[in-house]
Amino acid sequence: MAEKITGAEALMRALEHEGVDVLFGYPGGSIMPTYDALYDHKGTLNHILVRHEQGAVHAAQGYARVSGKVGCAIVTSGPGATNTITGVADAMMDSTPMVVICGQVGVAMLGTDAFQEVDVVGVTQPISKWSYQIRRPEDVAWAVSRAFYIAKSGRPGPVVLDFAKNAQTGMVEYEPAHVDFIRSYNPYPAIVKEDIEAAAKMINNSVKPFALLGQGVELAGAREEVCAFLEKAQIPFGTTFLGLSDMPSDHPLNKGILGMHGNLGPNVMTNQCDLLIAIGMRFDDRVTGNLATYAKQAKIIHFDIDASEFNKNVKIDLAIHGDCKTTIPAVAELVDKAKHDSWISGFDPYAEKEYNKVIDKAIHPAEGPLLMGEVVRKVSEAANNEAVMVTDVGQNQLFACRYFKFTKPRSVVTSGGLGTMGFGLPAAIGATFGAPDRAVCLFCGDGGLQMSIQELGTIMEQGAPVKIILLNNNFLGNVRQWQEMFFQRRYSFTPMTNPDYELIAKGYGINAKTVIERSELDAAIAEMLATPGPYLLQCAIKEEDNVLPMTPPGANIDEMLLEV
Amino acid sequence: MKRTFGGQCGECTSCGKCDRVLNRGNAAGEETIIDNPIMEQDNSTKLYTFLIYSENIAGLLSQISAVFTRRQVNIESLNVCASSTPGVHKYTVTSYCTLEMATMLKKQMEKKIDVLQANFFTDEEIFINETCLLKISTPIMLENHNVSRIVRMFNARIVEVNPTYATIEKTGITSDILALFNELNAIEGCVLQFVRSGRIAVTKSKIEKLDNYLAEREKQRINK
Repeated sequence: MAEKITGAEALMRALEHEGVDVLFGYPGGSIMPTYDALYDHKGTLNHILVRHEQGAVHAAQGYARVSGKVGCAIVTSGPGATNTITGVADAMMDSTPMVVICGQVGVAMLGTDAFQEVDVVGVTQPISKWSYQIRRPEDVAWAVSRAFYIAKSGRPGPVVLDFAKNAQTGMVEYEPAHVDFIRSYNPYPAIVKEDIEAAAKMINNSVKPFALLGQGVELAGAREEVCAFLEKAQIPFGTTFLGLSDMPSDHPLNKGILGMHGNLGPNVMTNQCDLLIAIGMRFDDRVTGNLATYAKQAKIIHFDIDASEFNKNVKIDLAIHGDCKTTIPAVAELVDKAKHDSWISGFDPYAEKEYNKVIDKAIHPAEGPLLMGEVVRKVSEAANNEAVMVTDVGQNQLFACRYFKFTKPRSVVTSGGLGTMGFGLPAAIGATFGAPDRAVCLFCGDGGLQMSIQELGTIMEQGAPVKIILLNNNFLGNVRQWQEMFFQRRYSFTPMTNPDYELIAKGYGINAKTVIERSELDAAIAEMLATPGPYLLQCAIKEEDNVLPMTPPGANIDEMLLEV
Repeated sequence: MKRTFGGQCGECTSCGKCDRVLNRGNAAGEETIIDNPIMEQDNSTKLYTFLIYSENIAGLLSQISAVFTRRQVNIESLNVCASSTPGVHKYTVTSYCTLEMATMLKKQMEKKIDVLQANFFTDEEIFINETCLLKISTPIMLENHNVSRIVRMFNARIVEVNPTYATIEKTGITSDILALFNELNAIEGCVLQFVRSGRIAVTKSKIEKLDNYLAEREKQRINK
């Protein structure tokens, strides 16, 4: 007879069986038996104590995004669980593989409004890929294995396990489970040969093809395959924010970023191409602008692993359902080598126009206060364009995504779909554990930093080498920009009185410096990158700067404003 | 017909309650109200019957109903029961929506991990039935001969009679059931209670999509 262990111990063994090595968490009443078991597994399961449960999920997201592994967070019931909700919703929107384990009151107490009881499954079902309550210790092995399989397969996403206290303390004969098949869930759709042939035919007939790359390329690990396909048929491409590190920034076919704050060329050419090839992206409204005028002249092929994305926002002509790591090579085999030189050179005037009117001013200002764009570009270049870029949300995010440069895959950690302020700092902590050999540069604003500023404590305790570049403009900058543009400059609650961040960082034992003068910037960045461990570099940024170009919300995507 | 959701919203700022969105963003900074392009496709609403099959796992019903709620589609009727396949539950849901919306709802439901299959049908593609129970006053029934005439005319069945009330059962399509109710209800004091079940349906097709799906998946499982 196998040895009997507690459900909590079974969870530890099941996590080890899934290859988990880092957990981000915060203990509390209903998860105490699990934390007690964790005490004996400190050698294999590196538990990072965060300072707030929201920090745990965002750190798990950051870890997952840079490592490609499933991020794991562990929290207690009630408020511990509800504090993870934003991170779960964020991971769902951004297809991030994550397993969140929440404590729960014992089964006998369920539904009685017991202390720290919340209907976690009910709350998380609409915002997670799968949510399940473990009520018996016998279910631990199966549920954990199923959770990891669901989180990482197909279109990845967050899974929530609600772990009742009696299931943690009850005894069970543990046998590891291995779930790799669920009959109601098929993450490996078969390739439909006719569709592949149809796609190849459409591509071969196209004279002005344009590809849109989303995070799906990175999630599939299909950089090589997609690159070979695009190069063979000589198809220029643009990327979404989450797809920024799909391809090197300086690839000759890379025409820049799509959408509201993207580049002029790719947005204008979206409405001029004759074939739009979307790969692992979901036509978010921030990418498409006004749907009524979006790429109406073009045929559209959509490659995606999630069938519910087809025809969701944009009417498409051909859907290729499947993993782009297999579907793209299948199409690539059938496409002709092609040259689209004049079509590709058509992007140049727009790039030039944007450079002269926007980019040059943003990254090479001659005078006045520091600008976000120049700081981002200098940090990127000082790190050889090889760092992991983490952002918070707002102008810091938009400038970072626009001006950071990428050479390596899995280099972007930003909250794309949900736009979660407070995401940056904990996500950056997670990224340092997911990519311990890489520089992790966080760009955040004075608003977002304060939404999770308590995680400086985690950074201090762990010595997590997060390079925090605080772009401080004493404003909630992006809302202020919209107030300036669309609300007659009525700055309703966007100016902020700020604390002394340098002093705060020093209170946590984190090296910090403030840069006000442009002449000091290069040296400060060099010092930040050369200093081992965490560092906070505060940059005093021009207060009323705007992210440009911009397609106003609901406007046509090719009608970008280059100035306000 | 352009379908509006939830009625008037007044000044629209993409409130989700009507089919228009506010475009704040032309170059001159003027505000204009434009038709929402997604909603524009919404021009041929009809009653669809969704037949959904899931594993027998707790919490599926709320996941399925949430898919409808989120897309602002009302559920007209809902029936859940075990299906002929062991361990598989069948949901019969009816809703007024467009073909595009029905397609989207189907895909959103199939995205739920434990949903096996979701399909939707027009009334011509399925055999449908529902049932109703009417509790009527026995004194009124005895007093007014129209009551028993109506019951017979609609081929309804009297389940029980006692001196206070009679219970009547009618199985059929929605319009017949509602006609029966309306006629009896027109007689003052006659109807004491009325309840109508959700629609249930089986397909007219000779192909059993669920069986085929399960067989295919089983083959894939074995070949793994």
